[in-house]
Amino acid sequence: MSVSKRSSQLLVWLSVVVFLVVSIACNGGSGAGSGSLRLQGAGATFPNPLYQKWLSEYSRQHPDLKIEYQSIGSGAGIKQLKEQTIDYGASDAPMTDADLKSAPGEIVHVPTVLGAVVITYNLQGITQPLRFSPEVIADIFLGKIKKWNDPKITADNPGVTLPASDITVVHRAEGSGTSAVFTDYLSKVSAEWKEKVGAGTSPSWPIGMGGKGNEGVTGQVKSTPNTIGYVELAYAVQNKLPVGQVKNASGNFITPSIDTVTAAAAASAANMPDDLRVSITNAAGPDAYPISSYTYVLVYKNQKDAAKGKVLVNFLWWGIHDGESFAKDLQYAPLPADIVKRAEAKINSVTANGTALR
Amino acid sequence: MSAVSEKFGAYSTWRRAISPTGNTGDAVFRFLMLLVALLMVGIVLAMVIALASESMLSLRQFGFSFLTSRDWNPVKGEFGALPFLWGTIASSIIALLISVPFSIGIAIFLVEQAPRYIARPVGFLVELLAAIPSVVYGVWGIFVLAPILRNYVEPGLAKWFSWIPLFSGSITGYGLLTGGIILAIMVTPIISAVVRDVLAAVPGSQREAALALGATKWEMIRVVLVNGVPGITGAVILGLGRALGETMAVTMVIGNRPEISLSLFEPSYTIASAIANEFTEATGDLYLSALVELGLILFLVTFVVNGFARLLVWNVTRQTGGVGRAA
Amino acid sequence: MANSDRMRRATSTLMTTLTGLCTLLAVSALLVILFYIAWRGIGSLNIQFLTDRPRPIGEGGGVGNAIVGSLVLLLISAGIGLPLGICVGVYLSEIGRGKLSHAVRFIVDTLTGIPSIVTGVFVYAIMVVPMKHFSALAGGVALALIMIPIVARTTEEMLKLVPHSMREGALALGAPQWRVTLGVVIPAAASGIATGAMLAIARISGETAPLLFTAFGSRFFPESLNQPIASLTVQIYNYAISPYDEWHAQAWAATLVLMTLVLGINIMVRFLTRSRLR
Repeated sequence: MSVSKRSSQLLVWLSVVVFLVVSIACNGGSGAGSGSLRLQGAGATFPNPLYQKWLSEYSRQHPDLKIEYQSIGSGAGIKQLKEQTIDYGASDAPMTDADLKSAPGEIVHVPTVLGAVVITYNLQGITQPLRFSPEVIADIFLGKIKKWNDPKITADNPGVTLPASDITVVHRAEGSGTSAVFTDYLSKVSAEWKEKVGAGTSPSWPIGMGGKGNEGVTGQVKSTPNTIGYVELAYAVQNKLPVGQVKNASGNFITPSIDTVTAAAAASAANMPDDLRVSITNAAGPDAYPISSYTYVLVYKNQKDAAKGKVLVNFLWWGIHDGESFAKDLQYAPLPADIVKRAEAKINSVTANGTALR
Repeated sequence: MSAVSEKFGAYSTWRRAISPTGNTGDAVFRFLMLLVALLMVGIVLAMVIALASESMLSLRQFGFSFLTSRDWNPVKGEFGALPFLWGTIASSIIALLISVPFSIGIAIFLVEQAPRYIARPVGFLVELLAAIPSVVYGVWGIFVLAPILRNYVEPGLAKWFSWIPLFSGSITGYGLLTGGIILAIMVTPIISAVVRDVLAAVPGSQREAALALGATKWEMIRVVLVNGVPGITGAVILGLGRALGETMAVTMVIGNRPEISLSLFEPSYTIASAIANEFTEATGDLYLSALVELGLILFLVTFVVNGFARLLVWNVTRQTGGVGRAA
Repeated sequence: MANSDRMRRATSTLMTTLTGLCTLLAVSALLVILFYIAWRGIGSLNIQFLTDRPRPIGEGGGVGNAIVGSLVLLLISAGIGLPLGICVGVYLSEIGRGKLSHAVRFIVDTLTGIPSIVTGVFVYAIMVVPMKHFSALAGGVALALIMIPIVARTTEEMLKLVPHSMREGALALGAPQWRVTLGVVIPAAASGIATGAMLAIARISGETAPLLFTAFGSRFFPESLNQPIASLTVQIYNYAISPYDEWHAQAWAATLVLMTLVLGINIMVRFLTRSRLR
C-alpha cells in the first residue's frame, strides 16, 4: 500500500474518532443547555461525600443549575478562592488572619457540618476499645512512649493485656486539615507538644511514617500490626477500624460519635466569635468529644456576579437547613441549632454591589 | 560565499544557509522543524526561569546549606533538601538496578527468541503496565506488596544479611525498598518497549555474521546488544526520567519520613512526593519557595545524570568504532 | 567437543532461559496487578457504570462523563503533543547539527524527568490563573508537555536506526530532503514511532497530578473545552482516597475501563502502522 493511501486511511480513522468523541461530548449532557448557570467550588476532602449529596439533591430541585465541587484539599481550596478561579471554597481549619488579609476581598466563613478526628490502632486480639488520656496520646506521637504495654497506657486500660511490642506511629504525609485539627488538640493538652512541634497542616512529626490521605493512613494501619494513627471518623466507621476513647476536659472517656461531636460544638457555642472562626478541640462539656472540628464554606462577602451570588446564597441556605438532614447517614454531625442561626446571619450578609442577596 | 552573496544578494545567502540543497520545500521544512525544537527549548527555559524566580526567597535565605541540611520543619521555617535528595536518588537507583536487567531480558526474549504469536501479545501486555494509573500502583503497593515485603522478604533478608547496614532497621513494609520495587515495575514497560524496537532494528546481517562465525545464540545476542547501546541508553534515560518524577505510587508506600538512613527498610522521602504532598497546603512564602527550590534541584539532578549518560554512550561508541548502518 | 565449547553452549542456554524467566516474571507481575484490580472492581462493571454520571454515595452512579472526558483530553494532548514531539525527533535526527542540536537533545532529556505535578503547576500558572478558570484545554496542554519528550526521544532513536542507504537511495533519485524524510524515513520507522506514541499515550492516560490543577474535574458531561472536565484518572483518585468500599470498587472498575481504552488505542495504532514488508 502506498504511503499516501496509508496516510489517508489514518486520516479517515482519526476523523471518525474525533467526530464520535465530540458528538458524544456535546450530546451526552442531560438536557442542561449551554446557557445554564455554573458555579465552581473546591476545597476540603473531609466534607466531600456530604457536599456531593447536597449537590445531587439540590440539582434535583433546580435542574437548570450546574454546581460543582472538587475535593482538592483545604489549603488548595483557599488558594483557588484567593486566585478567584472558583466561586466558593471549603476548608476544615478556618483561614488565618494573614490569609484573610491577603485575599482580594472580604471572605465570609459559613460553618456547614462537624467532624471528628479519631485515634485508630491495630492490635491483634484486643476487641474492646482502648482508652487514651490526652497526655498519653501526645507522648506516643512525640515518641516518648515507645511500647504498647507502657504503664501509662495500661493505667488507663485496666483488665486489658497489651503486648510488649513497639508502637508504630502513622501520621499524614501531606498537609491536611485533619492534621491541623489533631495538632491543634495536642498543642492544647501538651505544653511539650506545643513547644516542640506546634499546630498546623504540615507539622514536623517527631516520629512515625506518613500515609497519603486519610485513606493511606487507614490502609497502613489496617494492614500493619501494632500501629496507631489518626483519621476522620467516617474512615474508621466505613473500614470497621477499632476506635479509641479519648478523655475529655471534664475527665470522661468519650467514644467519638455524631452526638458527642455535636455536644462539643454546643458546649463552645457561647464562645463563638463574630466571624465564626473557632477551634472546638478539647471542648468543655461532659459529653463533648475532644477532637472535633467545624468545616466551613468560604465565600466572598461582596459577590461580583449578582446572578451567581444569588444561586450561591440560596444553595448555602438550603444546605444548612435541609442539607443537614443528610449529614447523619454519612457520619457527619449536624450543626447545633444556635450555630445554624449564626450561619444564617452570615449568609444574609453576603451582598452583590451593595444589595443583600437574600 | 562572498562571491555568491555578491551575485545573488542577501536573501539568497540566507536561504542557502537554511537549506543547503537550495530547494524551497526543504527550506520551509527545515525552518519549521527548527522552530519547533526552539519552542521546546523555550518552554523548558521558561519553566526553569519560573522555578528559579519562585525559589529566590529560599535561595537567599539558605544558600548552599539547603543542599546539606537535614531539617525539614515547616512550622519553624527550617528547610533542607538532603533527605529528599537521598530518597530520590536511592529509590531511582534501586528501581533501575532491578528494572534494567529485567527489561533488557524481556526485550531480548521478545525479539530474538519468541515466535511471533507469543511476542506480539506479550509485548502488548508489557506495554499495558505503563497505562496503570499510579494511584492504583500505590494502593496495590499498600495492600499487596508491602505485606509481602513485611512478612516474607524483609525478615528473610534481615535474617541472612543484617550485618550489612542495607538490611538493618525496623521492618514495616513501607520504605526505600518498597518504593524502589514499585518504581521498577512502573519503569520496566518503558525501557523494555524501547529496547525491543532498538534490537529489532539491528540489521539481520549482524546476526548472520555472528552466527556464521560460530557464535552461540547468546554470543550473537551480545553482538546485537553492543550494536544497540546508544538506543538502550536512551531507553534507560527515559525510564530514569519516569523514576525521578513519579509521585503518587511512591508516596503511598515509601513512608514519607524526611530522614537519611542506609537501611532499605526504613521510610524515606522523595522530592516529587514532597512537592506533591505539601504544595497545595504550603502556607507562607518561604515554605512555598523551599518546595519550588526542591523542584529546581530535581531539574538539576536530571541534568547531571543525563550528562553522565551521554558521556558514557560517547565513550562506548568511541571504543567500538561506532556502528555502521550501511546495510 | 572441546570444553570451552561446552561452556559456551551452557552459558548460551543459561542466558536464554534467564531472558525467558524475566519475561515470565514481568507478565506475572502484570497479571497479578490486573487480577487484583479485576477482583476488586469487576462487580461494579455494568452498562449504567459506563454511561451514568457520578452519584452520591449509596446511589450507584458511573464514570460515563469521565470516559468521554479522558478521550477529549487524550485528543487534545495527542493533537498537540504528537506532532510537536515527532517534529522535535525529526529535527534531532535529520536536521540538527552541532551545538544547538546537542543542547536541544539535552534539554528534551531533562524534560522527561520533571515530576508531572511540576508541569501541572507550570500550566496552572500560565493558563489557568490568567484565564481565571480551569479548563480542558489547560489539562490537554499539561499532558502534551509530558508527552512531547517521550515522543521526541523515541522518534529520534527510531529515525536514527533507519539505514542510511534508504536515505541515500531516495536522495539519489532526486527527492528533496523533506520528501525523503516524510516519504521514506518516517514510514520506515513508523512502527517504532508508534511505539513511542503509544508509550506516551499510555503514560498520560495514567496521569493524575497534572490534571488536578488544570482540567480540575466535573460531575457533568463536557460541554465546552473552556470548562473543567472530568477524567478517569482524577475520578479514580477521588474514589480511591474516599472512605467507602462502594467507591473503591468503582475506582477499580474505572481502572479496568481505562486499561481497556489504552489497550484498544494500542491495538488500533499498531494495526494502522503495521509493516507490510516483513
